[in-house]
Amino acid sequence: MSTTTVSTADRPPIEPSHQLETFRYDNTIVRLFLIATTVWGIIGMLVGLIAALQLVYPALSFELPFLTFGRIRPLHTNAVIFAFVGNGIFAGVYYSLQRLCKTRMFSDTLSRINFWGWQLIILSAVLTLPLGITTSKEYAELEWPIDIAITVLWVVFGWNMFGTILKRRERHLYVAIWFYIATFVTVAVLHIVNSFELPIALFKSYSWYAGVQDALVQWWYGHNAVAFFLTTPYLGLMYYFVPKAANRPVYSYRLSIIHFWALIFIYIWAGPHHLLYNTLPNWAQSLGVVFSIMLIAPSWGGMLNGLLTLRGAWDRVREDAVLKFMVVAITCYGMATFEGPMLSLKNVNGIAHFTDWIVAHVHVGGLGWNGFLTFGMLYYLIPRLYQTKLHSRKLANTHFWLGTMGIIFYALPMYWAGFTQSLMWKEFTQEGLLAYPNFLETVEQIRPMYMLRAGGGALYIIGALIMAYNLIKTAYSGTFQREETAQAMPLTKKYQSPKNEHWHRKLFEHRPVLLLVASLVVILIGGLVELIPTFLVKSNVPTISSVQPYTPLELQGRDLYIREGCNNCHSQMIRPFRSETERYGEYAKAGEFVYDHPFLWGSKRTGPDLLRVGGKYPDSWHYHHMYDPESMSPGSIMPPYPWLLEDDLDASNTADKINAMRTLGVPYEPGYEDQALADLNKQSAEIVARLKESGVEVSSEKEIIALIAYLQRLGTDIQVKD
Amino acid sequence: MSVLILLIGVSLTVALVFLLAFLWASVSGQYEDDYTPSVRMLFDDTPPSNQKETPSSTSSKK
Repeated sequence: MSTTTVSTADRPPIEPSHQLETFRYDNTIVRLFLIATTVWGIIGMLVGLIAALQLVYPALSFELPFLTFGRIRPLHTNAVIFAFVGNGIFAGVYYSLQRLCKTRMFSDTLSRINFWGWQLIILSAVLTLPLGITTSKEYAELEWPIDIAITVLWVVFGWNMFGTILKRRERHLYVAIWFYIATFVTVAVLHIVNSFELPIALFKSYSWYAGVQDALVQWWYGHNAVAFFLTTPYLGLMYYFVPKAANRPVYSYRLSIIHFWALIFIYIWAGPHHLLYNTLPNWAQSLGVVFSIMLIAPSWGGMLNGLLTLRGAWDRVREDAVLKFMVVAITCYGMATFEGPMLSLKNVNGIAHFTDWIVAHVHVGGLGWNGFLTFGMLYYLIPRLYQTKLHSRKLANTHFWLGTMGIIFYALPMYWAGFTQSLMWKEFTQEGLLAYPNFLETVEQIRPMYMLRAGGGALYIIGALIMAYNLIKTAYSGTFQREETAQAMPLTKKYQSPKNEHWHRKLFEHRPVLLLVASLVVILIGGLVELIPTFLVKSNVPTISSVQPYTPLELQGRDLYIREGCNNCHSQMIRPFRSETERYGEYAKAGEFVYDHPFLWGSKRTGPDLLRVGGKYPDSWHYHHMYDPESMSPGSIMPPYPWLLEDDLDASNTADKINAMRTLGVPYEPGYEDQALADLNKQSAEIVARLKESGVEVSSEKEIIALIAYLQRLGTDIQVKD
Repeated sequence: MSVLILLIGVSLTVALVFLLAFLWASVSGQYEDDYTPSVRMLFDDTPPSNQKETPSSTSSKK
């Protein structure tokens, strides 16, 4: 056999001292992570279903603060990304890394710390996010103490992984391991850079960056979180589990090497496509578009490599549930990574941005690629770990079809809703007026689509529940193999390079640390080129003299806006389109956001843009609207916020907040913190007086006063022409 | 704005170097042994005594 000769030619002659070594794989840690991904997956999906239903029936928030959409939505995204997919990554890595390196994990203790620490972080997210403890930055909502815990845990994971790689018994690093390494390095860098924040209390901090720069850093993070948390680790899992499940080698190993390097090199540049037509400098937008288009090649390289691995085995796909799930997962990856670059074309993005099209796009990736690959991995691993056969192939097939139908019934209505709403926003009458001047008309139109979407999501969850039942039954029918014995030759001490070895292997494959440094350099170059000019080039953020820092009361109101997660449904970014300036007012300027720590541009318009809402309605309108949105906007799907009218504002931290803002560069005069509270009381008294004129009696200490102050300030620094 | 031109220039150069390196590697046959690893990972290294129903027999290994 040719393979045998090649592999032996690879190694120096075996010396007599080199005995076959026997060792054991740790399966317990794999099982723990598999259970965690199943449990958190179902919980995260259920939270998503609640959020989906709330968009049809806003009463489902039951007027409870911790059940409102603005707090539930970040809980859903964090749960499915970091709990469901996160535990899925760890499960797959801990299983495959041991076998690819022919060694047990570096340290059982680190493995256990990794597992329990990660669950604690998830638990802290479950507790803090519904309480409104959030930084407001998407997929990075967790506050600073949890950010630090994540960093520590990530280091533990990396330590354990590199320790394992260093004591491996197989010289060659299989392609999946590179993907794991790239994941570890990039996620660490992304998380640290995006989480620079100034704490002012145990659970409150302000982003180090402001406005445009904060937005650029956030979407550099946000995009690469998708790239390096949802994509590269799962590509690694694909390169391990698809060949294993099909029992045939990956279609092209060479392609896997090339597309790996291309992918990590290009991905890091694509972040600005989340900010097209925003106030980001134009050159940065174009750079993001170019690299997003280029991404098609390495992404489809991976997709084709995965699918073609099954060449000649398609008959088995019909029979084997594991392969079925994997085929749909890879297909969804292909669709999502074609759609992504298309969405980053400016003319397509002009239509799709802020609409449900994006929600459809991410769920094809999330439900299809991540969800189905995780399910495939679970169906593959559980019977093996329990040394038995899957309890019911019929149930697995039922799960497959329910899940597939779920994805279709989720995505199609969302595409429909996205197109419909965008077309309605942009429609003008023959007289040149907005055809649908009332935003609510466009919401009413797509409400049936929201209902269908919830149905699709429900199907998907029922499938996942059936899987959980099937896997539990499988586990009970077998015996769990805690330790799995394996044998391999030790690595020879000295590595002798064969003459004709190619540069890639010579340089990288035998030296994990060098690979680590190389991928770090590669990803940093891309990121820095995008970030540095924005920080250095002053003309990128023209200052506007009329833009002033927020008053203390407005600052407090802004923090309430963040606490309630208003940015989950309302943008603060008017793009330079006539359809938007007619509807919302003057388009946004970069200089307007220089004091915004963090930026609050939002990424979705479930409700209208709020950048220039200041002065649009009287104070009393906001008062009634927050108490009962339907009283002011019949048919609104916004939940009521009655507690804002009942709870007193905690203004004791006002001086701390002013000090923190000054540290971040907001030009409050020295000593202003002593005067801030008095100013706050003065402004709230004015608002109370205005409310009284409109027949609303309210105490000046209530939270609603601060929120009204902030909303009425929004966008008023710039004089908008009539 | 000169810093911008410099940085983009540097990064494009790096990108080009990467591209050329890959082209050179492919053309000059550096990827000759890019098959073995993809087959090797299919073997489970379980000792022959407690062999499971793994389809690929470990006997072909050594």
